[in-house]
Amino acid sequence: MTEYFRQLRTLFVSLRLTVVLLALSIALVFWATLDQVHLGVWGVQQKFFHSFLVFVKLGEFQLPVFPGGYMIGGLLLINLLSAHIYRFKMGWRKTGIWIAHAGLILLLLGELVSGLVQQDFQMTLDEGGTKNYAESNRLNEFAIINVTDPNFDEVVAIPESVLAHGTVVQSPKLPFRVVPRGYYPNSEVQMRSQVPGAPPSPATTGMGPMIAVTPMEVTYKEDEHNFPSAYVELIGTDGSLGVYLVSTGLGNPQKFDYAGKSWKIVMRPVRHYQPFSITLEKFSHDIYPGTDIAKNFSSRIRLNPPDGSIGREVLIYMNNPLRYEGLTYYQASFIGEHTTILQVVRNPSWLVPYIACASIALGLVIQFVIHLGGFMRKRRRA
Amino acid sequence: MSRRMPFFVVLIAALCAASGLFVRPPGETEAVAAFGRLPILSEGRFKPLDSLARSTLLVIQGKQLVVTHDKVTGDRVELTPDQWLLDVFFVPERADAYQVFVVDNPDLLALIGQTDDTVAIHYDTKAKQMLALFGVLDTRRRRFSFDEIVPHIADIEAQEKLAEPVDPQTRTHFQSAVVQLYGNLSHYVRLRRAFVPEGSTDFLGELLTLQKNLAEGIDAVRAKEAGKPHDEAKAAAIIDEGQKFVAMAESTDLLAIPPDGDETDPNTWHNVGHALLESFGKGEINPAVLAYAGMGYAWSQNQQASFEHVVGLYASSLNTHFEKQVKKARIETTFNAAEPFYAGMWIYVTAFLFAALSWFKWTEAARRSAFGLVVLAWVIATVGILTRMWLEGRPPVTNLYSSALFIGWGSVALCLVLEALFRNAIGTAAAGLIGFATLIIAHHLALAGDTLEMMRAVLDSNFWLGTHVVVVATGYASTFLAGVLALIYIVLGVFTRRLDKATADALARMVYGIVCFATLFSFVGTVLGGIWADQSWGRFWGWDPKENGALIIVIWNALILHARWGGMVKQRGLMCLAVFGNIVTSWSWFGTNMLGIGLHSYGFTEAAFWWLSAFIALQLAFIALANLPLEKWRSFKA
Repeated sequence: MTEYFRQLRTLFVSLRLTVVLLALSIALVFWATLDQVHLGVWGVQQKFFHSFLVFVKLGEFQLPVFPGGYMIGGLLLINLLSAHIYRFKMGWRKTGIWIAHAGLILLLLGELVSGLVQQDFQMTLDEGGTKNYAESNRLNEFAIINVTDPNFDEVVAIPESVLAHGTVVQSPKLPFRVVPRGYYPNSEVQMRSQVPGAPPSPATTGMGPMIAVTPMEVTYKEDEHNFPSAYVELIGTDGSLGVYLVSTGLGNPQKFDYAGKSWKIVMRPVRHYQPFSITLEKFSHDIYPGTDIAKNFSSRIRLNPPDGSIGREVLIYMNNPLRYEGLTYYQASFIGEHTTILQVVRNPSWLVPYIACASIALGLVIQFVIHLGGFMRKRRRA
Repeated sequence: MSRRMPFFVVLIAALCAASGLFVRPPGETEAVAAFGRLPILSEGRFKPLDSLARSTLLVIQGKQLVVTHDKVTGDRVELTPDQWLLDVFFVPERADAYQVFVVDNPDLLALIGQTDDTVAIHYDTKAKQMLALFGVLDTRRRRFSFDEIVPHIADIEAQEKLAEPVDPQTRTHFQSAVVQLYGNLSHYVRLRRAFVPEGSTDFLGELLTLQKNLAEGIDAVRAKEAGKPHDEAKAAAIIDEGQKFVAMAESTDLLAIPPDGDETDPNTWHNVGHALLESFGKGEINPAVLAYAGMGYAWSQNQQASFEHVVGLYASSLNTHFEKQVKKARIETTFNAAEPFYAGMWIYVTAFLFAALSWFKWTEAARRSAFGLVVLAWVIATVGILTRMWLEGRPPVTNLYSSALFIGWGSVALCLVLEALFRNAIGTAAAGLIGFATLIIAHHLALAGDTLEMMRAVLDSNFWLGTHVVVVATGYASTFLAGVLALIYIVLGVFTRRLDKATADALARMVYGIVCFATLFSFVGTVLGGIWADQSWGRFWGWDPKENGALIIVIWNALILHARWGGMVKQRGLMCLAVFGNIVTSWSWFGTNMLGIGLHSYGFTEAAFWWLSAFIALQLAFIALANLPLEKWRSFKA
């Protein structure tokens, strides 16, 4: 047992393991970069970095062929910690290495945490418009909204993945069951009249029968969106209400009345509500004269606090985000002349990389200055 | 000989380098040069017409000097960029016959009616035939005139329409070539219509007539609009001119006409058509438009004296409100003519040859000459980079082109430090190689267009450009330097007896020191990039290809250091790892751009892919060479 432990310890404290892990991480990053052409940044992060093993599809099977980011990062962490426990001695000549490695540990842990907790949303605002929520870039939900009370909406949101799975949903807030009947992760939604020869629609009520849905390949490109569509049957106590088509390509919610209440149903991006709201006062967009190259774009917004008091004005522009209540708002893009798109990020560990990197840089400087000092002394003696 | 040699070598090189400042090429008279200095607003910045001419020629024909053949006599004619631009503007029927459009793609050649026989060049002497065989001379004609291409314009347009919707990364060679040619042709046509409307033979006369009839004509149009009695002929003439000006305003993006009166805001510059349309409101024709029309008349009639006079008048009138722009344009024109990076390129080559010479003959004299030459080239490059920074008002690195300049500059600076420490000509040899290579790369990157282009809004932050980009570029520069030093070690060791133990140890120390330096700079640079990203987009790390490339460099340098500390590699292993660093760095520098995705995907060139592959293959060959058993090396023999 002790012999086995000693061998394991020797492996984990060895520099050889460090070099192998560094080489593996280079291969991983390189492969992931090439794969971005197909998978997009988000897909690559899931496949290569936020995973223990990288799977490759071979025929029917998913085979693990390479260690993933968590595995390599984790082993590097163990390697580093055990080297410091068993191999390194304290001493002023090693201070640089200690500081740099401490920073590296912090960086690896920080990236792990931010990979787990960071959330990204987008907020699209027209001039004069106000919103108290941001929308997910990728995730969608099927929302069933009880709008009977004009002052208050009651929302039941079913994630897209549940529809994809075909799981039947029953909720105490709903007088009917929701039965998914079909789902396309990406689709093109057109008026039936524009698509001659389209197959008959499974939808029986609402807008669905007028619409033709063509399934599309899922896109990972950063400048393209997926438009998921689903057919859902709503079944009440006295039989079916009919099959509805819902899709993010449809736009406005569909309305109906049932069980004495008014309902709206809609497929929409997942929303992240916040206790305050934001009004876009003015969006500005300059280009260089005689070109169509963007010179700058900025959004003047009003931040309306939850207590109803008059908020403050903030100018968000390139390289100048607004940080508020743990959320950060960045000028990301725009549509036309009067609509801005803000990127909204929640990342509680955003400060960690700053500290970690400062510590690594400091450690490297100290270490190399010590080396350089030794080299110069040797030269002077020679 | 030996004591004074370095001094004379550097002096001759300096004189050659400075010649561009004092010697004007034939044909470039003072008036033509003055025309080249006139500022215009194009692609978002003020630049001299000279820069417009040069960058346009680089894009459409791959070089600045126009060499063409007379239509009738077949004689060779050389034109400076400014002369060419003057003909394009004012004597388009002459310019249309200049062979300036590069067509290399065989399918595209067929599309414009050329066959192997029509483009083949036959040399009459044996020597020239040999040179052609080895690719020194062209074996076929590459450049064609607008006149030659125009009969096939409908086919080109149709093919371009087919190719244009295809994603640039997935286009075939033919598709890229046809899109490029079509773009070049329309760019050329836009230039041709910038100052003179299509088909006009005497534009100045036309404008003078208009000037005379303007007031009456405007009255006639107003009366017509109000439904009152009017002179129909006069109104029709004005409306006719107006339509012509609208067409002109729409067909160019060259803002050449400064605002009338006391306006000094650069955003109020207009193109000629637009400025002419304003005449109807103001009741008089913008004097700058008249000045350009006057230059055009004088140039087309070959009236040198009056051309010079009008250019001079217009230039001095600009001075009252746009002195800053005039001054900048003048300095940029001087900078263009001096071609500091072109001169630097040749001095670096010469320096490398002297350094190599010093290992075999005239040791100290040749070494000092080499060192002097590198210092000279580096000073020239420094002045060049500083001038660019001043012109642009930006930190040194703003695009791929300037990154090549800066990486070369930084590497050479480190080489100078090494040479000052070690005095064995290895630093200068490395400087010569890197300086030459980076300037060649920069030269080819300039073929993409204006190298002082405006920054996109996302990147518009002098602070981050000045810190992140500069530090990362220094990291690239030092990683390359370590690789080049390792190459010198391998070449000296395998092919010569020159690599003794002292030199080998010195090289190993240099490589190790530079790798330490590279680790620090590439790490700090990458982190600064992360901080910029966090400030701008809300993520410290986005796995963008360029970020990944930089990360790989950091990890690779860390790997070299750990492998050496762990005793896993000795001297030769260290050298192999350092050479592989060249591959890693070149991929990060150019390979990531070829993926065409992410925030950093600017400046993609197709030919670059071939060169990158060749470079990587070469580095692998050197690594293989280094792994030959020591008995096969010429050095290290007892």
